[in-house]
Amino acid sequence: MDQGTWQLVLDSLGPLLSGTVRGTIPLTAASFALGLVLALLVALMRLSSVGVLRAVARFYVSIIRGTPLLVQLFLIYYALPEFGATWDPFPSAVVAFSLNVGGYASEVIRSAILSVPRGQTEAALTIGMGYATTMRRIVLPQAARVAVPPLSNTLISLVKDTSLASSIQVVELLRKASEIAAPTYEFFALYGVAAIYYWVVCLVLSFAQTRAETRLNKHVAR
Amino acid sequence: MSGVSRVDEPEDADGVGGVDGAGGPGGRALLEVRGLRKSFGDHEVLRGIDASAASGTVTVLIGPSGSGKTTVLRSLNALEVPDAGTVRIGDVAVEFSPALRGRALQRAATRLRAQSGMVFQSHNLFPHLSVLANVMEGPVVVQGRPREQARAEAMVLLERVGLAEKAGQHPFQLSGGQQQRVGIARALAIRPQIVLFDEPTSALDPELVGEVLAVMKDLADQGWTMVVVTHEMRFARRVADRVLFLDGGVILEQGPPAAVLEDPREERTRRFLRRLVDPI
Repeated sequence: MDQGTWQLVLDSLGPLLSGTVRGTIPLTAASFALGLVLALLVALMRLSSVGVLRAVARFYVSIIRGTPLLVQLFLIYYALPEFGATWDPFPSAVVAFSLNVGGYASEVIRSAILSVPRGQTEAALTIGMGYATTMRRIVLPQAARVAVPPLSNTLISLVKDTSLASSIQVVELLRKASEIAAPTYEFFALYGVAAIYYWVVCLVLSFAQTRAETRLNKHVAR
Repeated sequence: MSGVSRVDEPEDADGVGGVDGAGGPGGRALLEVRGLRKSFGDHEVLRGIDASAASGTVTVLIGPSGSGKTTVLRSLNALEVPDAGTVRIGDVAVEFSPALRGRALQRAATRLRAQSGMVFQSHNLFPHLSVLANVMEGPVVVQGRPREQARAEAMVLLERVGLAEKAGQHPFQLSGGQQQRVGIARALAIRPQIVLFDEPTSALDPELVGEVLAVMKDLADQGWTMVVVTHEMRFARRVADRVLFLDGGVILEQGPPAAVLEDPREERTRRFLRRLVDPI
């Protein structure tokens, strides 16, 4: 690479960082937080004794897992205004990614809940707890331990999936890289920097995952 | 929470002795079971169980595996829902039938469960909570008692099972016998009328069985009403007021331990006891 390319790379570091901090990270954080709430809800529906709730939850998971994320993104961004809803790119992306995370993570949370021994629920019942208290105080804290590694996978995938939002004009890391690369034709250099930024974010998350696992495993015999 | 009327409970922090009362007028039994039936698919596990227990007594259920003794015990707090029959503990009576389901069943089960504490074969302590927090969970979270009062009472209970110095540890740091004793303290902490024991020593190494049985004997001496499923015949002989021998989903024989264990009427009981003594 020649002098000019290096200069371009150096000049791009700031804007790409801004794309990461103001685009990719908030998009990921908002989508993951909302997605987890949704996922917990869907997981509890799937475990419910009410048939209708189970069916609705299964249908939702099936749609989310059975269609491409890019298509879900386009549907929400382009199709919803047809029904009178107008969307900014950013909220559209948050809605699409939340729905996506909700579908995948619900399966993780469901299996984590099922991994908590039946005896734990029974013990909770015998000291007088009802369903909600048992879930909140006994089952979910133990399910969390099982769910952290696969949920970290979901989160790390989400960081990279948010790059799809560049296709609906959301200003995030990849979009910034494209904008700088387009007039200069330095695609390799700029996408290279973008790749490194994504990687660093994921490294930090992996580190956080290890810490979370250590903390949650503290009270379990190995 | 459940509109359960209760005979006065002791108020002192040491109020963990036998909560009697609820015997009611005329010496009514504290626990009463009528016509209990239960099937799992085609298999009839309980075929009409009638039994009762007076306040302050220890009832031991024995019988071969599959006889229905654990199902009887788990029906007393609706962990197993009988197809038919009545369970009454103190002032709370629940009549089970196919018509009792959904929310009504949940409500009835919650009311019934408030009357008893349970000790499990596999302790089922909450692994993410400390020993003290395990014991305090019911009183604080479910019964809404003041935290400081619940803590003091929990410490008295842990003292009583000989584990006060383990209060800050987590269940995985304890031996099997210690875990089971914490389980007992947790069951007592909700101030139940009756304590149910589901084979509390069956999962323990032989040398740990004694410490658990000793605690259970203490409780019996203090006047707790207990229903115990066990294979420990020496415990039954020394501690039980009544022994019920179950086989094929019915109570085949019942009476004081001296009668049922030393001189059983039924050939089936005799065969079962012989095999316990001499398994080979």
